[in-house]
This record gives sequence, C-alpha cells and structure tokens, in this order.
Amino acid sequence: MDIGIGHYLTVAACLFTLGIFGIFINRKNVIVILMSVELMLLAVNINLVAFSHFLGDLTGQVFALFVLTVAAAEAAIGLAIIVVYFRNRGSIAVEDINMMKG
Amino acid sequence: MDIAATFFYLFSVLAVASGAMVVVAKNPVHAVLFLILTFFNAAGLFILLGAEFLAMLLVIVYVGAVAVLFLFVVMMLDVDFAELRAGFIKNASVGAIVGAVVLVELAILFGFKGFEIGKAGKIAAAIPSQGSGLSNTEALGRLIYTDYVYFFQGAGLVLLVAMIGAIVLTLRHKEGVRRQSISAQVGRRPEETMEIIKVAPGATIIPSAEGQN
Repeated sequence: MDIGIGHYLTVAACLFTLGIFGIFINRKNVIVILMSVELMLLAVNINLVAFSHFLGDLTGQVFALFVLTVAAAEAAIGLAIIVVYFRNRGSIAVEDINMMKG
Repeated sequence: MDIAATFFYLFSVLAVASGAMVVVAKNPVHAVLFLILTFFNAAGLFILLGAEFLAMLLVIVYVGAVAVLFLFVVMMLDVDFAELRAGFIKNASVGAIVGAVVLVELAILFGFKGFEIGKAGKIAAAIPSQGSGLSNTEALGRLIYTDYVYFFQGAGLVLLVAMIGAIVLTLRHKEGVRRQSISAQVGRRPEETMEIIKVAPGATIIPSAEGQN
C-alpha cells in the first residue's frame, strides 16, 4: 500500500487532537499545557513538511523551520514565566493566576 | 508492504501513542520523556518525507534543548503534581468531546474517500531531484539565504528577544550579597582610604572612627 499525503495528514490530525485534549484535561498544570502546545505545533510541522514533499515545493520546509523557531522561543519564555511565577507565589496552578483580576 | 510503509506505520503509531501518553501521564517527568519519544518519531517521519535537515533540527533543538528545558523546570519546581491533577476525570469528558469534534471536523475536511492534492499551480522552489547531487540541507540553505533572508533574520531576532526576555525574567538580585565592584576598586584614591599620622615619641594613637566599618 502506497503512503500518500492522507496518511501523514491523519497522523498530524491525531497529534493535534491529542494536543487539544491535553489542554482540556490538564487544566491546572501549566507545564503540561505548554507540552500540549508543543504537540500541536509538531502536528502543524508534519502537515507543512508533508505538503512540501507531495507538492514538490521546498517552501513548506522553510515555513516549518520558522514555526520551529517560534516554538522554541515560546517554550523558553513560557518556562521562564513559570519559574518566576513559582518563585513569587509558590504554586503554578492556573486558577491561582488571577493577580490582574482579568 | 514495502519498507517505507512499514517504517511509516511504525513511526506514526509510536508518535501518536507517545503523544497520548504525554497528556495522560501521571508524572510530569514521564510526560516530558514521552514528549521526547514523540519528537524522535516525528523526526523519523520527516526523514521518510525527505526533509533530513528538519529531522536533525527537531532532534537537536527539540530533544536537545526544549525538552531538556522542560525536564529541568519540572524537576526544579517543587510542585505537588497530585494536587494539580484534581478534576482530571471531570475535565476529561469535556476534553474528549472537544477533541472528538475537532477530529471529526478534520476527517470531514480530508474527506472519507481519501485526500488527493492536485498539481500545484506554481512551484515557488522545487525540491532538487535525486540525481542533482544537491542535498536537502544545501537546497534549504540556498533558499533561506536568498529568497527568505529577511525572514531568516527575523527568526534570529525572535530568538534573541526570547533569550534576553528569559534572562531578564529569571535574573534575581539578592539583597545582602557583596559583589565585587571593579569600578569602585579602581576608582579608590589613596587620600580617601589612607590616613598618615605622625606619631610623636611616647604617644599613643587612638584610631579615628572613620574608615573603620
């Protein structure tokens, strides 16, 4: 059986859905929420690279490269915020994050 | 079943299974380790798609830097993760509903009879053919240093801002720590720090209060 673009899109769709599911079931744990976001970005990257391969166009891989950059920057900043927040409040539960009364 | 299909199914099943373990794992350290496994399998999928450079980038940047950063933070923070899991089952139903809706939407989008892409109208940058002797890394490099050089510089700027932001956020000035101040040391003058007293024979010296702290 030949592996077509539909197979790759299915894998990416499953990973993306798992990311959304993870955000919902780990509503209190910011670290796991960040990991779920990373999973979703990975699914997006798989989609981009799959389309790049099956359309014969290298631009999709360039775009995946930029997505990777932004994801790395986001993880670094997010974890830094978590560390600072834990230092100030002694907890990382999402419900406790209400200092700005938003 | 040929070898590429075998490896595709191996990588994709492992990626999805470990992705599921990331979100349901009890211990966040295990979740990070499963995230690493997911990234490795996604790198395998990228290699199957002929994107070797991105696969290596995924292993180096994600597994080597981002996942280890996650591991570091999870281990450094002394958090009661059991307490954070309260309401897990209650949220699971909502999450399952939303997840199922998204999955069904994506399935409808792809179509049940299989997703087919047409011919691209205009190829912006064709993937080099096997016989051209141009590797994926080389072709990608030629593209990002010519057509996408401004975006490439912008990506570098994003990383620089992230680096400075992370340093500024986590840098902490403790009170009561005596640091070496080189400018103060170099700027000392002999007349400010040293007092020359002529001592008469047989007299005693009472040290002055200043400079004795």
